[in-house]
Amino acid sequence: MRWNKLNRAQEGVISLNSVTKKSSFNRYQSRAAYFLIAPTLILFVIFMVIPIGMAIFLSFTNYDIISSMEWVGLDNFKRLIDDAILWKTFRNVGLLTLFYVPLMVIISLLLAVLVTQPFRGVTMFRLAFYMPTVTSAVAASIVWLWMLNSEYGLINQMLSYIGIAGPAWLSESAPAMTSVIAVTLWLGVGGNMIIYMAGIKGIPAQLYEAAKIDGASAFKQLIHITFPMLRPTTLLISTMTLIGALQIFDQAYVLTQGGPANSTKTIVYHIYTTGFEQLQMGYASSQALVLTIAILIFTVINFKINQNKAG
Amino acid sequence: MKKSENIKKLIFYIVGSAIAVVMVMPFIWSLLTSIKPDTEIFQIPLQWFPSTITFEHYIEAFASVPFGRYLFNSAYLAVMGVFFNLLFGSMSGYAFAKLKFKGRKVIFGILLAAMMIPGVVVMIPQYIVLNNMPLLGGNDILGQGGHGLLNNFWAVILPGAAGSFAVFFMRQFFLTLPDEYMESARIDGCSEFRIFWNLYLPLTKPALATLGIFTFQAGWNSFLWPLIVLNDRSLYTVQIGLQAFTFDKQTAYGPMMAATIVIILPIIAIFMYLQKYFVEGVNFSGIKS
Repeated sequence: MRWNKLNRAQEGVISLNSVTKKSSFNRYQSRAAYFLIAPTLILFVIFMVIPIGMAIFLSFTNYDIISSMEWVGLDNFKRLIDDAILWKTFRNVGLLTLFYVPLMVIISLLLAVLVTQPFRGVTMFRLAFYMPTVTSAVAASIVWLWMLNSEYGLINQMLSYIGIAGPAWLSESAPAMTSVIAVTLWLGVGGNMIIYMAGIKGIPAQLYEAAKIDGASAFKQLIHITFPMLRPTTLLISTMTLIGALQIFDQAYVLTQGGPANSTKTIVYHIYTTGFEQLQMGYASSQALVLTIAILIFTVINFKINQNKAG
Repeated sequence: MKKSENIKKLIFYIVGSAIAVVMVMPFIWSLLTSIKPDTEIFQIPLQWFPSTITFEHYIEAFASVPFGRYLFNSAYLAVMGVFFNLLFGSMSGYAFAKLKFKGRKVIFGILLAAMMIPGVVVMIPQYIVLNNMPLLGGNDILGQGGHGLLNNFWAVILPGAAGSFAVFFMRQFFLTLPDEYMESARIDGCSEFRIFWNLYLPLTKPALATLGIFTFQAGWNSFLWPLIVLNDRSLYTVQIGLQAFTFDKQTAYGPMMAATIVIILPIIAIFMYLQKYFVEGVNFSGIKS
């Protein structure tokens, strides 16, 4: 009470001062803010802004770290056209993406529907489905290297129980690509399942109640309510999965070493080989630039597809 | 009505268990392999459980490769990654959420846009930047002569020390906190830095925990970048060590699985204890767009 009175008595004085006070607060505030963002900005400039500029510049040079940089104009880009391995890796990754992205969306959505059912023990399922996601791609690839061993691996041993002679998974080209896709799915569906779960929880329950009254089956509810309502989530997941898929490296490097005969070699793997094994940094930069443009184009196409579906 | 509910329940448990087996079986299978004697690993038809449990593969794995060293390196790099991302992420996250300054929107927008840039495009330039760091690693002031920060832990730590994701994550959390504390603290004459450090930062503990676990996992599991910048065997991370070990051993699946189990175990253990935070972190990465 007394404070109130005091405040009211001083109101005149304070309002007189408030203009100058406010501006000095702001100056102090912005100084503090610049101090707080300084480390982030410095690192951002050194490791993001400068490298992006360099990435473009390097594409027009020959550079092997040891000798000095040499400007070669468009030579690198001309060389790209005849780079058979590069286009093979583009084909490989294109094929991989074509299967991997839709499968990722469908499987993680179905898993999310499964683990949002109101039954006991559902948390155990969530835990089990998410577990592969916390392991590294390297460790997962090595585990699967053994799982997929043509003679003693679990997969082929199980297949032989039901009278199927499994292929030599990692040394024939089609099975090798299938393996890379399967392992990548195994590794990633858990994370996207959780994103979908959050989306499913946001769908109003009335929609399902109304559908039930109309006698819609569970499958119809999935197609006509769940999936359309999750369109923004699907756009997000497909975009992130696509960008990830186009840059796959770890699995191909560990599981198949790009083989057999480069059939599972990925674009990033090829860039890694060119840049860091053959030390052709300029040429590798031009490859990376092409990949970046491809990623951009595919992202835009993906946006368009998902928007059309919505329309 | 009741009957159809029961059928639904039955389907749920059958399908769920089948998928759970697929997801978990590789872990169980590699664990079982790692404690089986060699003769039972390579056996047709397969033998699920070992007749005697042996740790010879673990001993062999640790004897032939310094996995202890690799575990330490990975833990060090992951912890440093967590430390810097929490520190720099919360500092700038706070500034972007709570303080007014010129260029706030523009700078934040640029940081956000950078999240969309594929990592592969800066891979080679970052390597060259690290190679040419002035006055470090035998370099002169122009960044020539030595190899800068390459083959040094800082080459892994620094480029990822202030990730855009950390900044954005912390900013979103600070936005949910009320401005009133700040205003009253200012009237009490509290400095801006103390308002951040003593008043607001302690309130973000749940967010810090989520971000920390997320960053730890990413650091522990990262492979390509450490592979590029660390060449000395003594600097190898567990992922590089594991890959090299596998490459050398080819068919020694016992030691291979033993090493893999040792490397997966810490992250699974952390996950089991802190699943709540894991889920929050994944959820958040979903909201980022």
